[in-house]
Amino acid sequence: MSAPVATIRLKVNGENRTVSVLPIKRLLDVLREDLQLTGTKEGCGEGECGSCSVRMNGELVNSCLVPVLQANGAEIETVEGLSCDGVLHPLQQAFLRCGGAQCGICTPGMLMAAKHLLEHTPHPNMTEMREGLAGNLCRCTGFMRIFESVLSAAASKAEETHAR
Amino acid sequence: MNTPAKNRIVGTSVPRKEGVDKLRGAARYVDDIQREGMWYGATVRSAVPRGHIRSIAFDRKIEWSEFTVVSAADIPGENQIQMIVADQPCLAGRQVNHCEEAILLIAHPDKHKVREAVNAVHIEYDLLPPVFTIEESEMQQIVIWGADNCFKSFLLEKGNVDSVWEHAAHIVEGEYRTGAQEHLYIENNGVIAEYTAETGITVWGSLQCPFYVHKSLLGVFNLPPERVRVIQTETGGAFGGKEDFPSVIASHAALLAMKCGHPVKMVYDRIEDLAATTKRHPSRVRHRTAVDSNGKLLAMDIEIATDGGAYSTLSSTVLSRATLHSPGPYVCPNVRVRSHAWATNTVPYGAFRGFGAPQTIFAVERHMDEIAAAIGMDPIELRRCNFIHQGETTATEQLMREPVILDKLFDRVLAESDYYNKRGQFKKENANSAIKRGMGVAAFYHGSGFTGSGERYLNSLAGIDVTVEGKVRVLVSSTEFGQGTNTVLTQVAAEVLGVDYDDVVMAPADTGIVPNSGPTVASRTAMVIGRLIELASLQLVSMLREQAGLPEQFSREQFFTSCDQLRDKHGEVGSLYRYEAPPGIFWDDQKYRGEAYPAFGWSVHIAQVAVDTVTYSAEVEEFWSAQEAGCVIHPVLATGQIEGGIAQGIGYTLYEKVVLQNGRMANNQMTNYIIPTAEDVPPIHVFWEELPFEHGGFGAKGIGELPHDGPAPAILNAIRDAIGVSFNAIPLLPEDLFAKLCVARKVEEPAAV
Repeated sequence: MSAPVATIRLKVNGENRTVSVLPIKRLLDVLREDLQLTGTKEGCGEGECGSCSVRMNGELVNSCLVPVLQANGAEIETVEGLSCDGVLHPLQQAFLRCGGAQCGICTPGMLMAAKHLLEHTPHPNMTEMREGLAGNLCRCTGFMRIFESVLSAAASKAEETHAR
Repeated sequence: MNTPAKNRIVGTSVPRKEGVDKLRGAARYVDDIQREGMWYGATVRSAVPRGHIRSIAFDRKIEWSEFTVVSAADIPGENQIQMIVADQPCLAGRQVNHCEEAILLIAHPDKHKVREAVNAVHIEYDLLPPVFTIEESEMQQIVIWGADNCFKSFLLEKGNVDSVWEHAAHIVEGEYRTGAQEHLYIENNGVIAEYTAETGITVWGSLQCPFYVHKSLLGVFNLPPERVRVIQTETGGAFGGKEDFPSVIASHAALLAMKCGHPVKMVYDRIEDLAATTKRHPSRVRHRTAVDSNGKLLAMDIEIATDGGAYSTLSSTVLSRATLHSPGPYVCPNVRVRSHAWATNTVPYGAFRGFGAPQTIFAVERHMDEIAAAIGMDPIELRRCNFIHQGETTATEQLMREPVILDKLFDRVLAESDYYNKRGQFKKENANSAIKRGMGVAAFYHGSGFTGSGERYLNSLAGIDVTVEGKVRVLVSSTEFGQGTNTVLTQVAAEVLGVDYDDVVMAPADTGIVPNSGPTVASRTAMVIGRLIELASLQLVSMLREQAGLPEQFSREQFFTSCDQLRDKHGEVGSLYRYEAPPGIFWDDQKYRGEAYPAFGWSVHIAQVAVDTVTYSAEVEEFWSAQEAGCVIHPVLATGQIEGGIAQGIGYTLYEKVVLQNGRMANNQMTNYIIPTAEDVPPIHVFWEELPFEHGGFGAKGIGELPHDGPAPAILNAIRDAIGVSFNAIPLLPEDLFAKLCVARKVEEPAAV
């Protein structure tokens, strides 16, 4: 007997998607396997490293801990949705400029966490930044370049707003 | 050699070559890749540390006909992983020598079913007595490897230490220990393997050294070189952890692929990666040091013992680097280092950033503070009066040909950290505070490139070609795993060839396409391979001048036009260059004497640490690092290397503990193996001094490993400064502080009542 499959509707990076999968399948696997959005990475599979961070209805979640049934009807944002018409998001530009990505495996999750942080705290102080990124492990950078990238993105966004 | 001021591209922080792909989530790591008809592989592993396999039973609840199962009997070639000594079986046959040793491989089209099948294999063992510690191994009551449990030993001697003890003003002894450390690259080990009768084996994988894997596959499959192809995929961190282990997992996946007739993906989950793959060697280092009344070093007698695990892997070369770094950056007329790497029934230890040096530099730099305390001298003055200088010789009698600017590096970090004022201030504040602060230093070198004659044996070949589409390609087997290989090597080529950075790309790290430029290890890439790319590029320019009318001064357009002309003549445009040892370099493997390294990176670290005497936690509050590592090709990437290495060093010192039970890692999850997070890493201040190294790519020396060497001693020296208690072992966790300080307090209490 085959296991019961559920029809799950998601809005991923603004696009409506429907998948028929086991309801307990992890959101991470649905993104990577069923929707071919392999930008979101698995580092630990237990919600410790944050490599699989995506935004679900505006909340930052570890997609390895979300059964896809729980995401039914949700809006999901992943790293693939960050750039717009081929133009890098200010955070992506800042990470490129400041050396915020080294091996790149934590980067998609880190970018989503940074986006989440800046949406709630457009000008984070160091404590807010450290707290905001504490759920995302990076083994390469020692975080200094990441902090600088996020601050640089925050500053460039402020400039943008000011120019308007 | 070009001076930095004249350069257009070298010395500037251009965007990381593969950066946009990484930032868009478009970079393809091995687990992002699917092959048509792909199956999934998994490993059945030993549950015991040492024993004979008595029986293997396959649970009947599994429909085994759907699966492919591989055992040692299926290996067409030699059942050995080709490292320095071929002592490690690819799959255990009759005996297992550590927990998690691979015994069987299983593949199935459904990755969930393959896990179930692994759990449905039941193995019984006849247990043999295991050895778990350096001390048990060196006693040799139970012999588990060779005749005496010893993988390798070295004796390094300069002068005669035994002539000194009797008349020395002071003799200071100490014993220092370091634990294992997990690399914790965020991407686990993984490969995809494919086999066809026509093409042989192809492996795609997360790995540092394509030709190491290639060599191992040749042996396991008994195939000629052209029938094995290894392709590196984007690699999510390595730090040495993907130097030797990929040879194992690639062999496993390829065995399954050959037998089942499908491509096979093997990607470990975190639990398996932590339990089954290599870690940094644990160590015990003993120092006995004689100094005169002015603090001058008279004799250093050093004993090193490392735990190598069950098979020799890279233990001999790790021990060599440990040995050569053990006397620190000092001049001493009499030095004796005796070192041994011992076998234990644990997962083999392997390469990890620093490769033995962090262990022995921890010991010597912690010991220098103990000497200073014992003779009542300032630890900085003690170091300064013993630093090696240009024209002096190391313990291997290597003449320091280049200037050594440790004093200048020291001055810089002392000033930047406001060291003396802070120490004074903390002394006052500590008296009335539960939080005690201190400052600690460490000074050290790290040898760049392979040890001794290693680079000569490697005989690396690297180069460039120019495609019909007008792209310069860098042809190397040197891989990118975050440290910046792609960026630095393309910068070098673009600089010499007079083209734009965007005109230069990396050829795929594919053994079927690129020459063998050696492994991507030992901080050698920018220095050795960078130099080969510089020379290959200069060679191409000469060729274009001689054969295709390229003028002395030329534009980018003229360069490409000349390349087209040369292509019309020869059909292709390319230039390869083979490594030549710098002149006057001499190393004697037998006597263990001579030029141990072509160059050294130099660094001084300062740590500011706060010890909470209520919670017993120690926290690094700020960190300063000054270094001289030749010319800096890319300031942002280079600084990122230093910061990242220091963060790993802080983890090594205060957070990261591999708990072994029965020789098996018990805390093999990110939940309980703790690395520093964004909240734990302090502000790190990085300062560069640049002295061009004549034989390095655009004057570069090695950078990557240097920063991992200093944090442990600097932090433990700072803790001693803060609370006046010496700790000589890492990792130092709150429970370790608690244990020692509580005992100290109990002794004090009766007097206070």
